[in-house]
This record gives sequence, structure tokens and C-alpha cells, in this order.
Amino acid sequence: MITRKLRVPIAVAVAAVAAGALAGCAGSSDSGSSGSADTYTWWDPYPQHEEGSDWAERVQACGNEAGVTIERTAYDTTSLTNQALLSAQEGTSPDVILLDNPAVSTLADTGMLTTTEELGLDTSPIDKNLLAAGEIDGETYGIPIGANTLALYYNADILKDAGVDPASITDWASLDAALAGVTAAGHKGITFAGINTEEGSFQFLPWFWGAGADLTALDSPQAVEALELWTGWVKKGYAPNSVIGNSQNTTWEEFLTGDFAFAENGTWQVNSAAGADFATGIIELPALKGGVAPAPTGGEFIIAPVQKDTSRYDTTKRIIDCMTTAEGFVETADTFAYYIPPTSEGQEELLKEHPELETWVSAVQSAKGRTSDNLGTDYPLISEQLWTAVQSALSGAASPQEALAAAQAAAAEATGK
Amino acid sequence: MTVSATDRASAMHDDTVAVTVPPERRRSALRQGSRWVAFGFAAPLLVYLVAFYAYPLIRSIDLSIHDYNVRAFVQGDAEFVGLQNYIDVVSAPLFGKALLNTAIFVIGSLVFQYAIGLALAVFFRNSFRLSGVLRALFLVPWLLPLIVSGSTWAWMLNSDNGIVNAALQAFGIGQINWLTSPDTAMTAVVIANIWLGIPFNLVILYAGLQNIPADVYEAAALDGAGAWRQFWSITFPLLRPVSAITLLLGLVYTLKVVDIIWIMTAGGPANATTTLAIWSYREAFGTGQPDLSPAAAVGNILIVIALIFGFLYLRTQRRQEDS
Repeated sequence: MITRKLRVPIAVAVAAVAAGALAGCAGSSDSGSSGSADTYTWWDPYPQHEEGSDWAERVQACGNEAGVTIERTAYDTTSLTNQALLSAQEGTSPDVILLDNPAVSTLADTGMLTTTEELGLDTSPIDKNLLAAGEIDGETYGIPIGANTLALYYNADILKDAGVDPASITDWASLDAALAGVTAAGHKGITFAGINTEEGSFQFLPWFWGAGADLTALDSPQAVEALELWTGWVKKGYAPNSVIGNSQNTTWEEFLTGDFAFAENGTWQVNSAAGADFATGIIELPALKGGVAPAPTGGEFIIAPVQKDTSRYDTTKRIIDCMTTAEGFVETADTFAYYIPPTSEGQEELLKEHPELETWVSAVQSAKGRTSDNLGTDYPLISEQLWTAVQSALSGAASPQEALAAAQAAAAEATGK
Repeated sequence: MTVSATDRASAMHDDTVAVTVPPERRRSALRQGSRWVAFGFAAPLLVYLVAFYAYPLIRSIDLSIHDYNVRAFVQGDAEFVGLQNYIDVVSAPLFGKALLNTAIFVIGSLVFQYAIGLALAVFFRNSFRLSGVLRALFLVPWLLPLIVSGSTWAWMLNSDNGIVNAALQAFGIGQINWLTSPDTAMTAVVIANIWLGIPFNLVILYAGLQNIPADVYEAAALDGAGAWRQFWSITFPLLRPVSAITLLLGLVYTLKVVDIIWIMTAGGPANATTTLAIWSYREAFGTGQPDLSPAAAVGNILIVIALIFGFLYLRTQRRQEDS
């Protein structure tokens, strides 16, 4: 039993400790980033690359070159955007962020990013179609550190068995014929991701753009044609019903079972495809009337949030420069094994080392940013309606025509256009 | 600390001195001191309540009556719009559907969770060999991380390769597109959620059963009441207070379920499983552009719904006590 004499001091002490702990929590968040003069903070969406990995060392090397230490934190893609917004609100933005390209315009819209002009970065060698995702109203808010995109992987064993020549697939009609061929031979046709998240829109866009449709008119006849292509595949049994809920990862798992002739997937699966139990190959996604369909660009931009202490920009610029030289791009591509450099010089260098990536380089060259065409922050609103329409049509809740008409109406209301 | 006279007298003989000699003057000083002591003890709790309950609630209301787009969020200059977000949300085409989905999800889940949980609790009331082990096994859904059980359900219910469809096909029933058809997706997530909620109902109802005295059953058995009659005339009525709180807690939990639905269908296909909670989550975090104000408005509507049921519960409880 504690005597009364002791009780008061103890209670006060407990209260003080508790209050102190709370104050401590509140206090520490203030000093989080933008710390000391020789430590620069860096956020990226690659939690799979841990401390001590090639990537972490590469980031640190760029810091050493600029004469500072880099404190790197990795978040997953969606939470990175939220974290960036929160930090900007609290005035504790990191010095450098690597950010998924469609999110760049969202952050730029808040005024939390510096333009490449302010920082004095040279964007002239960057491929215009890749840089476009970071351009809003004539200003550029970052530089792509690499690009990836979608193409059509095929199972060479199945195609051989069904007597289908992948080179014959040049437009939708020949792709349909190939799918009919492989399903007639008793195989499964194609798998893709129709999930109701950004991934669903990402996968649908090559067909949408390949038909000649435009994101400002979701209910155009071309758009309907693109959606009818997908619903037709599910109806005819070329694609499994599960595509409605598939993420790109699930799609890839399905392809790796060896049952599917085709899978729509991205550059990041190159290594995994090489390690599959069967022979694989890739072709570019065909457009409706032949030629290559523009696939959406994936990949991160390197961006520099606004700092109160503008004297930090010089070093930030040197870190960014280190990541965006031709050698820097190729080194990044090598570290990740799937990143295509965004400059022609970098692409040539990469092809010298890896001639097998040629299809990907050409796919990236004809790719198109989702937020390009000055869609900017309207894109997420339109995209949400687009994936909803894809879901409605694939699941049979509405016809492609009805689904897209509803999507256009909702998108127009959301964007106010 | 209240010490009765007899206690004090007996304490005199012991050596615990602390409470023995309270002269008048010191006592009043102590009383004043004890107010500070009381405050000192309450302070951490008060700070905790304000920081973790009041502030988030106020912030949520604040978000919902301003127009916070991402720009306003960062720059902190959101325009005051009053109830406009609530009007927008309620008049949105999705509202009716989301409300109906929420009702179906909650009622469907609660009815089966409670019925199955109660049946199991009654079953386990009679201890038998291995009953402890079996009861522990029923807790597994509770212990598994939701991402694990959610993903497992999604795999099992997969249209083409799921084990559920494989089993159904063995009995000659054709492929059911559990998660990918708007007609069955709600059923699928409700089934998964029932499975998740059974342990909670089982544990609380089982504890409630322990409080029903055994002699009531003995008397009933002597009067010739069978098991069925005993359940309806003794177990069920005596369990009513516990049932009420179980259902209320279940309701609050189920109203705000996001994770299991998000993992299995993300609210799809074609919004067939979009409940109010999912809608709120998607507005805030599910798209490329966080839309915090409508999300907060939907969230606050959910809080109000939960509160209404809370008050209903309190009222019925008070009436029960009065009678």
C-alpha cells in the first residue's frame, strides 16, 4: 500500500509522463524531414528494395556525389501520394520524391511541387510522350526516371500447338482469329485485368485508344467498340470470367500456369516471363485497324517538393541530375531490369546491352501518358468512371453502350465539363 | 478511501499506520489536495480522450462541411460549403444503392452470425470431450489477419479456378460467378463476413450462458421440459440482455466493414457490393485523387446511423429495467 504522502507526487509524475509522451509524439513529427543541411530526404515507391539493396546503394551514391547523405523512405504507391499530401500540409515535404506518373499532376495542382524551370533542370532530351504526364498548362513538374508500359505476352508452346503465328497478329481481327484458333485447340485464350481500380483503366486504355477513342468522350462509338471487344472475349469464352476481378498480378499468375495463350501485362514481368516453365514471347498491342495501339505509360517521375529553405534546391538539383543522365537512366534500368530510359540516347545504350528489350523500347516510344492531353487532375475522375463502365459491361450489369453512356455522364459531372 | 469505524479500530492494533491518525486540521488540507490528485489521475485520460476521440470527430465534421480538394487540403484554404457535401452525397445516384447494400450486408450478416453463434454457444454449453479444443478452433477466423482470410475467400470463390465452384461442379451445379456477377457478389461477401463474425457471437453468448444458473434448468427438467422448451423458455429470454448488446456491437462493427469487401471485390462488380463504408473509403483513398470532403460526409452519416441504433438500444434497455 502506498502511503498518502507519496500519492500526490506519484500522481503528478504519472500525469507529467503521460503529457510528456503526448507532447513528444507531437514534437517529433515536426522535425521529420528537411532535417539538417547535409541530410536530404528521399521517398520512393519501392519498398521491395530494402536498405542495402542495389537500388538503395544507387540512391546513396547520388547523394555522395552531391556531397550529402540521403535518408531514403519507401512507401507503397498509393500511400506515397497520401503521405506526400500530408507532409505538404504540415510543411515537412521531403527533398525528392519518386512518384507514379499519373499522380504528378495531382500534386502539382496543390502548388507543392517546384517546376523543372525553377530548379534549372534540362528536360529537352526527354521523349515528349513520356514527359507529357508531368506537364500542366505549359509547366513541367518533374522528369521520368524510366518508363514501362503494356504489351501482349504469349505462350509460344500453345501458339505452336494451335498453329498460330504471332507475327500474323497485326490488328483486332487477326487477334480474334488467333484467339479462336487457340481455344479451338483446347487452350484458354487471353487474360487481362479488369479490376475496379486504376489498374483496370490502365489495362483497358490500349484498346480504348487503339480504337481511336478519346478520354474526353467515353461514350463515342470507338469507345463502345473497344469495350465490345473485351465483353466479346468473355462471352465467347476466350477470356475467363475472373478477369472482372483480376489485378495485373493475378493476371500474371494465371498466365504462369501455362494454360493461357496470351496475357496483357507490363515490362516489369520480363524477368518472370524468362523464368516461366514454357517458352514466352511478346508482341505489341495491336490497334483496331492495324499498327501499334498506344499503351499508357507507367513509371515514376522524380519530383522536388517546394521547400521553405530554397538554398536546398542546388543540392536537390545535383541529386536529380545524377539520376537523369544517360548513364544514370541505364543504371536505373539495369537495377530494376525493367525500366526503359526516357531519352533516345539512354534507349540506344540500353539496347546495346539488352537487344531483347527492343519490343519494349518501341512500345514505350508509342506509349501515351494517362494525364496527357492536358487532362491533368481530370484524369483520375474520368478513369474511375471508365473502370466502372468496364466492370458493368463485363459483368453483364449493362451493355457496353449503356455503361459508357452512364460513365460519360458521370465523368462530365465530376469534371464539370 | 472510506474506512469504517470498526476497521479503524482494528487497524489500530495492526501496524499499517497510514490511515490511523487523521487530525481535523490535516484532514481538510488533505481534502483540498485530493482534488488535485483526482485531477492528476484524470488528466491522462482527458488528454487521451481529446486527442484520440474528440479531435478526430471534430476534424471529420470539419472536413465534411468544407470543400477539401487536394489543393485546399495542402494549402489549408478550403471553402466553407455548409451542408452542400451532405446534399451532394444524399442526392448522388449511388446513395440509394449504397444504403440498400449496407442494409442487406448488415442484416444478412447479423442474422446468421447471431443464429449460428447462439446455436454453437448452446451446443458447447454441455461440456464434452474435446469441447474446449473445438471451441478454440472456432476462434480461428478471429485470429487470422483479415488480409489473409479475405484473400483466401477470394481464391476459394474464384469463378474459374475456385475450390467452391470445383465442389459445386462435382455435384453437377454449373459455374457460379461468385465475385464477378452483380447478382451473387453480395451473397459472397456476406458469407465471408458471417464466417468472420461467428467467433465474436459465440464467445459473448457463451459467456452469457454461463451466467444462467443451472438450477433453473434443473427445475425445468423436473417439470418435464424438453431441450427445445428449455431453450425457448429459459435460455433465450434470460439471454436477452446479452443478445441485445451482442447485436448492437455486431451492428456497429458490420456497418463500418471495409476491409473484407475491399479485399474480395473492391465494391464491384458494377457497385454491387458498394456499401456506405466502401463508398467513403473509395472516395478518400481508392482513386488517384483523394476526395476527402464527400468521404467524410459519408463517414459521418454512418456514425449517425450507428448512434441511432445505440440510442434505440439504450431506450429498450431502460424500459426493461423499469418494468
